[in-house]
Amino acid sequence: MGYNDYEAVIGLEIHAQLFTKSKIFSGASTTFVDNDNGQVTPVCAGFPGTLPVLNKGAVELAIRTGLALNCEINKTSIFSRKQYFYPDLPKGYQISQYDKPTCSGGYVEFFVDGNLSRVSLERAHMEEDAGKSTHYGDYTLVNLNRAGVPLLEIVSAPEIRTPLQAAEYTRAVRQILRYIGVCDGNLEEGSMRADCNVSVRKKGETKLGTKVELKNINSFKFIEKAIEYEIFRQIECVESGEPIYQETRLYDSAKNKTFSMRSKEEAQDYRYFPDPDLLPLTIDKEWIDKVKSSLPELPMVRFRRFQQEYQLSDNDSQALIQEKNLADYFEATTAVCQNPKASSNWIMSELLREMNENKTEIENSPVTSKNLGEMIQLIDKGTISGKMAKQVFSEMWKTGKGAATLIQSMGLEQITDEGAIAQIINDIILANPTQVEQYRSGKEKVFGFFVGQVMKASKGQANPDAVNKLLKDKLKG
Amino acid sequence: MELYQLTVKELSAGIKQKKFSAVEVSRAFLKRIEQHDKQINAFISLNPDCEMAAKRVDEQIARGEDPGFLAGVPIAVKDLFCTKNLRTTAASKMLENFIPPYTATCVARMQTSGAVILGKTNMDEFAMGSSNENSYFGGCRNPWNLEYVAGGSSGGSAAAVAGLFAPVAMGSDTGGSIRQPASFCGLTGIKPTYGRVSRYGMIAFASSLDQPGPMGKTVEDCIYALDGMCGPDDHDSTVSRRAWKPLRGHIKRSTQFKVGLPKEYMVGNVDSEVMSAFVKCIEDMKKAGVEFVDVSLPHSPYAVPVYYMVATSEASSNLSRYDGLRFGFRAKPTEKEWSSLEELYCETRAQGFGTEVKRRILLGTFALSSGYYDAYYAKASKVRNLIRQDFLDVFQSCDLIMAPVTTTPAFKAGARVYDPMRMYLNDIFTTAVNLSGLPGMSVPVGTTQIGLPLGVQIIGPHFAEEQMLSLALAIEDVAGFVGRTANGLQ
Repeated sequence: MGYNDYEAVIGLEIHAQLFTKSKIFSGASTTFVDNDNGQVTPVCAGFPGTLPVLNKGAVELAIRTGLALNCEINKTSIFSRKQYFYPDLPKGYQISQYDKPTCSGGYVEFFVDGNLSRVSLERAHMEEDAGKSTHYGDYTLVNLNRAGVPLLEIVSAPEIRTPLQAAEYTRAVRQILRYIGVCDGNLEEGSMRADCNVSVRKKGETKLGTKVELKNINSFKFIEKAIEYEIFRQIECVESGEPIYQETRLYDSAKNKTFSMRSKEEAQDYRYFPDPDLLPLTIDKEWIDKVKSSLPELPMVRFRRFQQEYQLSDNDSQALIQEKNLADYFEATTAVCQNPKASSNWIMSELLREMNENKTEIENSPVTSKNLGEMIQLIDKGTISGKMAKQVFSEMWKTGKGAATLIQSMGLEQITDEGAIAQIINDIILANPTQVEQYRSGKEKVFGFFVGQVMKASKGQANPDAVNKLLKDKLKG
Repeated sequence: MELYQLTVKELSAGIKQKKFSAVEVSRAFLKRIEQHDKQINAFISLNPDCEMAAKRVDEQIARGEDPGFLAGVPIAVKDLFCTKNLRTTAASKMLENFIPPYTATCVARMQTSGAVILGKTNMDEFAMGSSNENSYFGGCRNPWNLEYVAGGSSGGSAAAVAGLFAPVAMGSDTGGSIRQPASFCGLTGIKPTYGRVSRYGMIAFASSLDQPGPMGKTVEDCIYALDGMCGPDDHDSTVSRRAWKPLRGHIKRSTQFKVGLPKEYMVGNVDSEVMSAFVKCIEDMKKAGVEFVDVSLPHSPYAVPVYYMVATSEASSNLSRYDGLRFGFRAKPTEKEWSSLEELYCETRAQGFGTEVKRRILLGTFALSSGYYDAYYAKASKVRNLIRQDFLDVFQSCDLIMAPVTTTPAFKAGARVYDPMRMYLNDIFTTAVNLSGLPGMSVPVGTTQIGLPLGVQIIGPHFAEEQMLSLALAIEDVAGFVGRTANGLQ
């Protein structure tokens, strides 16, 4: 049997940091600092006698995320203790939600190679992050700055089938998190982490294979690669009759391989039980409604609206909704110029090129949406040609000035005055009698020569439509 | 009268009126501790800053400022409460040298009201025990008779007050740990409603049961201490948001109550002197105007097993943080280096915890284990709700409940050390109160023939401390125990 005779069953656990000012159960700041253990209170360090107090802000962000992921927000949720010993887990247990999470169900929609895909969610639960252990040969140092940072673990159903689908799903979740402003979704820096559960089975089989958990994946590309590697590894195991162990494997991007970390079987009985230091979390309808009303339009809804309202192609709509700020910029530009197609083209060609070259974020673009909209207006009015507009845009990026001001100072304003254009044409006709004869004897190709001469004489500022019309008149004789 | 014989009210009033200074008061108690605590072992640590703190109170008074209603009152604090820069051990080798970076809320409140910490009192390790014999720092004896235990787990706090080493003490009650030693030592001891007093800074034994409370020679002394401790706290999510209305001077003794007598508590293995003291108290109070009704708490036989499931489960988790890494004791490797992280954990915990603590961690770990959780912890939690519901039902038809505190008076030191089950059964009248989150207290009413104190217990509905204390004042009055002092000290 070959690769094509198998299917992979993939489920993702995405841990997203909820961007609160302070930690989930203590007043310590979540701001990143260089000094190890610089953001640690006795509560974060699990000192005797300390108690957790739930940060309402973290709950609000969890509700916000749950709603954006189409989850049901449970009226009552319970924090439990997940118990295991590890040096970066100060209390000997992690406070997490177990059988009663804040968010249940839900789904995420996204595109895989242009096709709509939907993955259901099992749950999204709140928990505290652990600290960080760094191993140095014969000793280990523990930094508790991250201990107690609020996380939301978004658990997908095992409905994903391909590495690409897994990566696109993760991108879609990241996009939503960024849209609603709860997390910047940075896999490299760890504000978002994706653990992938992978198993394989023969096509047509309904029973699940042994599940392997992949950790330590810090880019979207690596999600694809790690899962792909793991699927092949598991198929090879099945084919060669080797057992697959239920275990956690770490992905090594340099070698593009996964390595066994610890076997889950011999490991933990987490002895979950409700944390008696925390009351059940109750969330009333008013709170949910309040959060709901503060949600922005979500990417998929916006995508569909862009297609309909602005008549944009799938590709353009998808590109524009990628980031909320970019989509906002597009809409603001369009509101000024009333020309969605032109707004979209200018943003995706010139603006994104400048942004990429200069590593600038849209919110810091020197060309404001108002300025871009006004520039497009000037093109549409015929004040400048599209070609001139590129020069103007480049100046706008450099100076941050508006199009009208620049056109004036650069002397780029189009000549639309027919008298002035006629004057130039007359001069050209007089200076080129041979070509005039050729044209009049039927060689219409020469027309282009005249256009070129007129544009050259006007330094490109003559309105092309006016030039065409007047030239034809004059050349007729 | 010596300064160390005065009540809390007399001390704070005397200091404020400059009849004597706070420094003189602290010195009087410190001197008494120095002279007599060798026989008792009530204190694990004395506060080196005690006199300085007393001096600050005197200075405030000299400047015409009000140091608070506990001005200069020395207090003994169970060594379970974290005190900034003052060693806090929980009577464990594990925390033998632990200096907390912060002070427990309820202790800080007492200090804000003018109280001065004398020292930290002996207890059963991590509050696990009923005799104060499970202390890394040695047992604590009963000032009424040095051959007898002071009770536990707040044995040191009880012995300190009974020995006149402190006018009032702070203890904690998880299954009777204030009421039982108070009863053994002839004191009033109060376990407030769960959530009345912040647990922040009190080293956790069983989070859903633990509650700080006062122990004193009189009901009024305890009322003063309650006023000092109770109230909301942003650092503890389980503390009630109800403001604490100060009770001192506002509570009148009263017998105008209908008091329930649970029939399940009137039978079984109760010492005859305990029972006859209890029955006599009921007769006396009946004459004084209290109406008694028979009530039933059908699930009370399950209180002790349920208590030991819940308490040990929570404890097994709460004590996970003692891993030798961030604070407290760390075992030394036998070889040059540890062979594994696990070895470090195992040795640290094997050497750092005492036998009873280890027994309870093992029990609790078992009860929470996968495959046993439903049969033990989950079932115990369900029965706990039934026990609580019993009380809620009973309080439909009566205002308060009265019961014995313990099955026996204080027992001889060493008598039950090797019999944990017998030790556990001593808790049958007290644990249901913690499981239900109710306020409960013990009030001294007399002594046995050989002169060991005997107390009775009052149990109230949630947040009904006021009624409970009104009846306690009446019992105190009728019993005429106040003024009798421990006579075991040489």
